[in-house]
Amino acid sequence: MPKTIGLLGKKLGMTRVYDEEGQAVPVTALETGPCTVLQIKTVERDGYNAIQLGFAAKKASRSIKPEIGHTKASGQQGGFYHIREFRVDDPGRYEVGQAININDIFKVGDLVDIKGTSKGKGFQGVMKRHGFKGGPGGHGSMFHRAPGSIGCSAWPSRVIKGNKMPGHMGSAVVTKKNLIVIDIRNEDNVMVVKGSVPGAKQGLLQIFTK
Amino acid sequence: MATVLEQMARENMRYDIPEFRPGDTVSVHLRIIEGAKERIQIFKGVVIAQRRGMMGASFTVRKMSHGVGVEKSFPFHSPKIDKIEVDNQGRVRRSKLYYLRELRGKAARIKDRNI
Repeated sequence: MPKTIGLLGKKLGMTRVYDEEGQAVPVTALETGPCTVLQIKTVERDGYNAIQLGFAAKKASRSIKPEIGHTKASGQQGGFYHIREFRVDDPGRYEVGQAININDIFKVGDLVDIKGTSKGKGFQGVMKRHGFKGGPGGHGSMFHRAPGSIGCSAWPSRVIKGNKMPGHMGSAVVTKKNLIVIDIRNEDNVMVVKGSVPGAKQGLLQIFTK
Repeated sequence: MATVLEQMARENMRYDIPEFRPGDTVSVHLRIIEGAKERIQIFKGVVIAQRRGMMGASFTVRKMSHGVGVEKSFPFHSPKIDKIEVDNQGRVRRSKLYYLRELRGKAARIKDRNI
């Protein structure tokens, strides 16, 4: 687990911007924070150092009692839709109830790692899932998208573990590393990074500093 | 929250490009950077396709160059485009004029829209 502070965010969508040379740059806009510190975990009490952040506050009427109780110390009326922990080295720097905004920890030009859940693709064959080449389409070929041989017969007379086979694809936790922050729009709490990020629009993301 | 994306697009979009349609003949003035020098290159031809949209909008221009058909697609909002001049307004009945690729010479002419 990376020992860096980060923020929780939401993917808004992709667009393009132009750099100074006039080249089009594909970018993704992320709604990032503000996040509220809900709990501070220390080595002495919890065995590790971390801060717990809440993102997207819920109305009190939509929160259940345990949520309200958990966020009470941070001065919130209700709970949060998303709560995640970030490992940090110095939890003493943070206090419960503190709001963390984009410009507190990120600036334009930084590299960030972004973690999210990729789009689900369902049960997929080996061509889509593992990039197998497949067979010829026609000319009497009867081998199109099948995986082919999955092992030998007499020895080892079993399928080797981890062999690439059809199966469920997507909906996995993916971290994209070293994305450049192109722009930060504080008034909208929006961060713009170069390239794509995992998951669908409105999907939850964790954005880590390097 | 698509509004933030729209707002970002509005800030980056170009509003100085004149209106044109498929079938129109346009001169696209391109900024070409060679080393430290910048010069303007003109690509003149018929607009054969247009993709609408915000930042993703683009158009394709086709011209005959020494008897060879050349097509170039431009992002509509690219800063590499210095300016666009509409030289002629053509009357066509399709939005995508890909049929022009099959035609040469007299057959590839387009009627004027304004007569």
